[in-house]
Amino acid sequence: MSKTFTLDGKDVPFRDGQTIIEAALEAGHYIPHLCHHPDFKAHGSCKLCTVKVNGRQTASCTMQAAEGQVVESETEELNSERRALTQMLFVEGNHFCPSCEKSGDCQLQATAYHLNMMTAHYDHFFPNRPLDASHPDFLLDFNRCILCSLCVRASRDVDGKNVFALAGRGIKSHLIVNARSGKLADTDFSAADKAASVCPVGVILPKRRGFAVPIGERTFDKQPIDAYVDTRIARKEE
Amino acid sequence: MSNLETAANPEKLRRVAIDPVSRVEGHGKVTLLLDDDNRVHQVRLHIVEFRGFEKFIQGRPYWEVPVMVQRLCGICPVSHHIAASKAMDMILGAEHLTPAAEKNRRLMHYGQIMQSHALHFFHLCSPDLLFGFSSEVARRNIVGVAAEYPDIARQGVLLRKYGQEVIRMTAGKRIHGTGAVPGGVNKALSREERDTLLADVYQMIAWSRDAVHLVKRLFEQNLEGYNAFGRFRAHQLSLVRADGAMDLYHGGLRARSMDGELLFDHFDYRHYWDKIFEDVKSWSYMKFPFLRSLGPEAGWYRVGPLTRVVNCDFIPTPFADKERRDFLAFDEGRAAGATLGFHWARMIEMLHAVECIKDLLQDEDIMGTELMVSGERAGRGVGVIEAPRGTLIHHYRVDENDLVTRANLIVSTTHNNQAMNEAVRQVAIQYLDGHEVTEGLLNHIEVAIRAFDPCLSCATHALGKMPLEVELVDAGGSRISALSRNADGEVAACA
Ligand code: SF4
Ligand code: FES
Repeated sequence: MSKTFTLDGKDVPFRDGQTIIEAALEAGHYIPHLCHHPDFKAHGSCKLCTVKVNGRQTASCTMQAAEGQVVESETEELNSERRALTQMLFVEGNHFCPSCEKSGDCQLQATAYHLNMMTAHYDHFFPNRPLDASHPDFLLDFNRCILCSLCVRASRDVDGKNVFALAGRGIKSHLIVNARSGKLADTDFSAADKAASVCPVGVILPKRRGFAVPIGERTFDKQPIDAYVDTRIARKEE
Repeated sequence: MSNLETAANPEKLRRVAIDPVSRVEGHGKVTLLLDDDNRVHQVRLHIVEFRGFEKFIQGRPYWEVPVMVQRLCGICPVSHHIAASKAMDMILGAEHLTPAAEKNRRLMHYGQIMQSHALHFFHLCSPDLLFGFSSEVARRNIVGVAAEYPDIARQGVLLRKYGQEVIRMTAGKRIHGTGAVPGGVNKALSREERDTLLADVYQMIAWSRDAVHLVKRLFEQNLEGYNAFGRFRAHQLSLVRADGAMDLYHGGLRARSMDGELLFDHFDYRHYWDKIFEDVKSWSYMKFPFLRSLGPEAGWYRVGPLTRVVNCDFIPTPFADKERRDFLAFDEGRAAGATLGFHWARMIEMLHAVECIKDLLQDEDIMGTELMVSGERAGRGVGVIEAPRGTLIHHYRVDENDLVTRANLIVSTTHNNQAMNEAVRQVAIQYLDGHEVTEGLLNHIEVAIRAFDPCLSCATHALGKMPLEVELVDAGGSRISALSRNADGEVAACA
C-alpha cells in the first residue's frame, strides 16, 4: 500500500522524498505555481503554491509529503492570496499582454486567468528596464522577469554555464547576465541551452520568431493552465 | 483662407472654444476667434491625441511592432497592424509575399474597411440624423427616405459584424489579433472559415449596394443642404494601383491638385519623404503634412474615401465601379466635391471591400499553406496602406540587433489635419458669422468634423453626442459665456 495524504478531501499517493506539489501534479491535481519546475530543485520564492497543511500555511513546492497530511489548496482564502501575489507580479514589471509575443504561452498570464484576476489592482511601478538584444539569436526583455530563478537554475545545474544570476535584495532584486559587459552576447549562452527554453514568461526569447503561432493554437488557447498538470507540456519543451 | 489662421490682432478677437471631452484625456478642441462683429476671423482645430506614438516603439524588437502598434489606436488597430507588417516585410527583405499571405492580409484589410465604414455610417451617424441637420423641413424628407429602407439599422449591425468576423478569422481575434507577421501571415483561412464567410457574402453585397443607394436618395432629397455644406477645394492624395485602379492595400502615390491636374503619379511610397513634408505649428501637437512641391502654405491636401473614389481612374469591382460613375456624374459633379460626399464615397468603398472579399473567398489561394518569405535584411522599412480614413504611413529604422531605433507614423487624421480645419472654417463662416453661438450652429461643426471620420476619441460618440465645450471669450480674454454638451447629449451652460 502506498502512502497518501489528502488534498481538498481527495487521497493523493506519494513516494518518499516527494514534495506535496510533485505528488499532487503527478496524480493530476493542479496547484498554482510559477517558480516550481519538475526538473529543478525547489526555489520556494513565488509563494503561489502555498497550501494549508494541517491548518498551517506552507509552500507546497518545498514541503515534503507525509502520511496522513490534510492539505487544502482550492479555497477562497488561498486563491485570493494567490491572486494578490499575481497582481503584485504584474505591477512590479511591465506586462503588456496584448503586445507580448508570449501571450497565450505565458504561465503568468495563464495563472492570472486561472485565478480570475480581472485587474492589476495595485499601482503600476512602470520600472525602466532596457532590453538586451546583443545576442544574435536571443533577446532578453527584462520588463517581464518575475525572478523565478528557473533560468539561473537551468544554466547552472543543467547547462553548466552560470549565464544568469539574481542580484540585489528585496524590491531591488533583479536578473543579471554573468559577463563583464553584462551582455548576453558576451556569454557562452546558446539556443540549445536548457535556460533558453525554461522562462515561464516572456523574458528569454528566440529572435525573429514572435507571433509565428496563430491565436487559437497557442498553449493556453487549447486548454487552461490547470489542465496542464505536467508543466513540461505547458512549456513545449518536449 | 490662410489669413484666418493667424489673425493680425488676435488679442482683439472673441474666442469660441469647442472642446470635445476633456483636455486631460488628450482630446481636441475647436477654437473660433470672432471679431467685434461676431465674424469668424480665426479657426483652429486642436488635436493632442497622437503625441508620443513613436516613443512607444523605440527600442522594441521589430517583429513585435505590428502587434504593438495596434495599441496606438482603438479605432482602427488592424490598419496599423497591416501597415507595420508591410514596413517590416521590407526590413526582412520580403519583397513579394506568397499569394496566400498577401491574399489573407488583403482579406483582413477589407474586413477592417467594412466594419469601420459600417460603424461610422450606420452607428455613429445614423443616416436620418446625418442629413437632417439643417432644417426641420429637410429633416422630414430625410425621415421619409429612411422609411423607405426600414431594415437599414439591422443591416448596418450585420454588415459590421461580418467585417469583424473576417478580422477574427484572419487575425485570430476581433481586436489585438496577430495574423500579419513580418514576411507574411501566421495563418490562412481554413476551409470551414472560408465556407462560413462565403455563405453570407452575396447578402452583404446586396445590403452594401442598398446603402449606397440610400445615401444617393438622401442627397437627392437635400440638394442645396449637402452641396453648400462646408464645401472647400483641396489637393488630393491616395494610393492607386499601377493601372490607375483603386487599391486600398498597395500601390503608388498619386497626388492631384484641386483643379484635377496630376501633381505626381505612381510614386514609390518607399521614398514618400521626397514628396511629403510635415510642418509643425506652435498651437497644435499634431503635425501638418504638405506636398513639398507646393510648400507649407498651399501644399495641404485631403485623404480618405472621397479622395480615393475621385482620385482613382476606376474601381476594379463591377458594382462599386458603377456606383462610382453615378457619384461622379451626380448633380454635374458637385456631390464629388462636397464635404458630405465623404459619406457617399464611404459606402461605395464598403461595397468595393465586400466585392473584394467575395473574390478572395472564391480564390483557393486564401487557404494556401505557403505563408512566409524572407530575403535580404534591410535597415529601413516603409509600409503604406489606404486605411478606412485615408493614407497611413509607417516608417521604421531597425538596428543590427533587431531593435527599432526610429519610427515615423503619419496617420490619416494627420494627413487631413489642415483639410478638417478648412471644413470647419467654411462651416463657421457659413453658419456662425453674425450669429450668437447656439447649439445648432455647433452641431454643424460637429457634422463637418465627422465627415472625415477622424480617429479621435471624441468622435466615437454617436452624432449629436460628441462631448463639446463651448466657450465665448471676449477680446480681453475673459469668458463671457459658455455652453457644454456631455456624452449623453445634454447641453448646459458652464459656470
Ligand atoms: S528570466 Fe524568466 S526564467 Fe529567468 S528569473 Fe526571470 S522570469 Fe524566471
Ligand atoms: S512554486 Fe512554490 S514558491 Fe513558487
